[in-house]
Amino acid sequence: MDLNCSLFVGAVLFVAGVVCMATKRNGIGVLMGVELVLNAANLNFVAFANYTRLGLDGQVFSLFVIVLAAAEAAVALAIALSFYNNHLTIDVDKANQLQG
Amino acid sequence: MDPTTLQSTGETLKWLLTIAWLLPLFGFVVEIFGGWWGGRHSKSAAYLAVACIVTGFICSFSALITWGCSNHWAALQGHGDSHATESHDANSTEPSHQVDAHGEHAKDEHAKTDKHGHGETAHSESSDAEGHDTAAHPAAEIPRSQLIYTGLFYRLARFGSLDISLSYYIDSLTLVMFTMVTFIASCIHLFAIGYMADELTDNYEDHQVHTSHGHLHRPGRFYRFFAFLSLFSFSMLGLVLAGNIFQVFIFWELVGVCSYFLIGFYTERQSASNAANKAFIMNRVGDFGFLIGLMIIWTWFGTFQFGDVAVGKGGSVQPGLFSMARGSDGQLRLHIPESGVTEVVFKNKDNHIETDGNGEQRTIPYYLLIAAGLGVFGGCIGKSAQFPLQTWLPDAMEGPTPVSALVHSATMVAAGVYLVGRFYPMFTPEVLLAIAYTGCITLFLAATIAVVATDIKKVLAYSTISQLGYMMLGLGLGGWAAGLFHLITHAFFKSLMFLASGSVIHGCHHVQEMPQMGGLRRKMPFTAYTMLIGVIAISGLAVPYWTLWGEPIAFSGYHSKDAVVATALTFSKLNGHPLVFFIPLCGAGITAFYMFRLWFYTFAGKPRDHHVYDHAHESPWIIVLPLCVLSIFAMFCAFGGENGILYKLLLASEPIALANGSVPTADQVTAGLMNISLSSHEQIHANHAQAGLLALVVAFSGAFAAYVCYGARWINTSEIKVQFAGLPRFLVNMWGFDELYDIMFVRPSHVVAGWCSAFDRKVFDGFLHGCANAALKVSAWDRQFDETIVDGAVNAVGNWTNSLGRSLSVVQTGRMRNYVMFIAVGLLGVFAALIAFFPST
Repeated sequence: MDLNCSLFVGAVLFVAGVVCMATKRNGIGVLMGVELVLNAANLNFVAFANYTRLGLDGQVFSLFVIVLAAAEAAVALAIALSFYNNHLTIDVDKANQLQG
Repeated sequence: MDPTTLQSTGETLKWLLTIAWLLPLFGFVVEIFGGWWGGRHSKSAAYLAVACIVTGFICSFSALITWGCSNHWAALQGHGDSHATESHDANSTEPSHQVDAHGEHAKDEHAKTDKHGHGETAHSESSDAEGHDTAAHPAAEIPRSQLIYTGLFYRLARFGSLDISLSYYIDSLTLVMFTMVTFIASCIHLFAIGYMADELTDNYEDHQVHTSHGHLHRPGRFYRFFAFLSLFSFSMLGLVLAGNIFQVFIFWELVGVCSYFLIGFYTERQSASNAANKAFIMNRVGDFGFLIGLMIIWTWFGTFQFGDVAVGKGGSVQPGLFSMARGSDGQLRLHIPESGVTEVVFKNKDNHIETDGNGEQRTIPYYLLIAAGLGVFGGCIGKSAQFPLQTWLPDAMEGPTPVSALVHSATMVAAGVYLVGRFYPMFTPEVLLAIAYTGCITLFLAATIAVVATDIKKVLAYSTISQLGYMMLGLGLGGWAAGLFHLITHAFFKSLMFLASGSVIHGCHHVQEMPQMGGLRRKMPFTAYTMLIGVIAISGLAVPYWTLWGEPIAFSGYHSKDAVVATALTFSKLNGHPLVFFIPLCGAGITAFYMFRLWFYTFAGKPRDHHVYDHAHESPWIIVLPLCVLSIFAMFCAFGGENGILYKLLLASEPIALANGSVPTADQVTAGLMNISLSSHEQIHANHAQAGLLALVVAFSGAFAAYVCYGARWINTSEIKVQFAGLPRFLVNMWGFDELYDIMFVRPSHVVAGWCSAFDRKVFDGFLHGCANAALKVSAWDRQFDETIVDGAVNAVGNWTNSLGRSLSVVQTGRMRNYVMFIAVGLLGVFAALIAFFPST
């Protein structure tokens, strides 16, 4: 196992997350895609911490990202609930009021 | 007399006269502002004005009595006595006789004041007693300078050594003028209450103004009339009280502007507003000369004060104009350099030569002194309507009759004569001769025009001009007291006649043409007979060879006109100049003729216009009362003639050394100046009987001629008019002066004004219009530029931004998955760019 293996797993996760965000119409699915992308970044931080001289800094950053992801998930779920209250759906294609 | 008494007398006189002077101003202010809330039907303005002026009269009369009581009766008597002793051979009157006459007069005055209820009896009695007491000590001669009180009210400004101040100069002339002006003004105010009563309405109909809706209707202006009368009295009194020539000028102009207001009182009438303008403008012509005189005096004398004034506390005295010019001996001191112009040396009151800071004697070139005198006299010509500025006065009859009486017989026109009298020490013999000839021409001119005038007020107007000519003549020939004597007596009988004519006009419902009158004495007896008294007074008729208590039986005009004619006779005997005697002599006859013509025309004979006659009525008591009062004064104010109190009072203020006459001094002969001797009192007195007799004969023949033509109608005057068709027309046209001035001044000014207006319209207006058009063009271009280029650029930027935004808004799909795609693709693009541009890392 080396750095490249870890980076490869991170990249797969990232692409999976992005594809999930881009293809899911369900708001919760999109949120899950976001979590995948964030965790791909976490995996990279941890890998760099482990295999390079980045050291503890990378791990601290990944902890920050986890906390931010939790906060982001809370806000996003609140938005999803509010959206559902107004539209009786969480289909993100229906949420196009910001169209220019 | 000790100085403290003199000083306290001076203070008393000052305060009395100041009150008399300022009360009408107070009245004016209250009336002009109070008139609004007093209403158009209230007579309160009139009562206030009358109260002010009557109080003023009481103050002035008290001042006169105060002046007399503080021992100046002695001065009068002393003056007369010394005069009598000097001329013991010529003067047959004994001193004791003079005392008697004086006593008689004082009693007479006493009686008069009783009649009018002016409550001055105590004063009169004391004056009477003083007269007798002091007559017993004729030696108490008082130095002349003590008879004059001068002082300062308020300093307006100070330029170097020159003071512009309000000051006073009180001598017997001031006091007599004050008493005369306030008394006559009181009578006229009373008269005006009755005469102007038809203005007490909200809807006054002016029958002489025609509008498209018939006659003009306007609110009555009763209060305004009285306000202006008060202002006028104030101005005139200020002029008389003034202690310096500049203050005289201030009040001179105030008098002018008041006359403007009053002549133009019926301002809607074109004729009235024209007359007011004419009076004002012609006075300005004279005032121009006055200003020149003032400037010369300012430049060379450095003071405007008449009398000496104490400067500061040190008791140093700055000599006034009279002292500087005449010193204490009354002579001009000439300095004749080897080459150059003759100069007059300034003196102070001790007759020492005035020096400037360098010890050089201060002088004025003789010709400039003449110019200053002529300039000031020019002002008098305008104000007193002398030739050649006489034409405004007849037109000024457009004002209401009380105005004519006040402004144009007793006070305003008197201002010019008064100033000549007041400024007398400054006039050189040359100026005096000019004054005399001006008066001479004026009196003849106006008298001839009066003969053909048919408007009752116009006859009186020309008669006024003519009598003013007499006064100027008397003054110019050295008869200082004679000229002013005639001024005072004339004021009484002329205001009487003006008021009587006002009564006629009032009674005949504003008919003024004498041919429409006739026989009115049966309808209005009081007016007719008081008018007759005035007519006899002005004509100078007397009962020859009969005397009453040693006095000729005659009215006031006889005495004063005799004094003038006697002066003229003496002057022409001394110096040649026969015209200055013969013209006033003829004038006396013409005066009697036209005055009796007026009376016969109006009051005697058969009524010529039955409509007027049937509606005529005697005026109410408030109009008749002033007539009666004035007629008493017209009869008796000059009682005693040249030994009477009025003449003596005036004589007490006569300029120094005039009494002894003058002959040309050696200096004057050397300098080649005019060779004129002024006559002394005793010379005049010697000629008095002769001149008086001649004047009486001429006056009687004039009166008889009037009786023949207009009273008995033995001669048909219309036939005479047909026979000499040219002459009456010439006279009716007032010697063509109005036409002459029209051709000389009015039309040339019209032509020049036409040129100016054409120049204005063509050149100035053209230029201005060109400028305006050019500005329009330029601004049109500017607008074009603004609208196309500047606005276009701004709009283009705006439009471009707008369309860019619109086209870019397509990108904002609002779909979340699109945005994620953009992010992903964008990220890939960024990585691709990084790899492409930085391949080595």
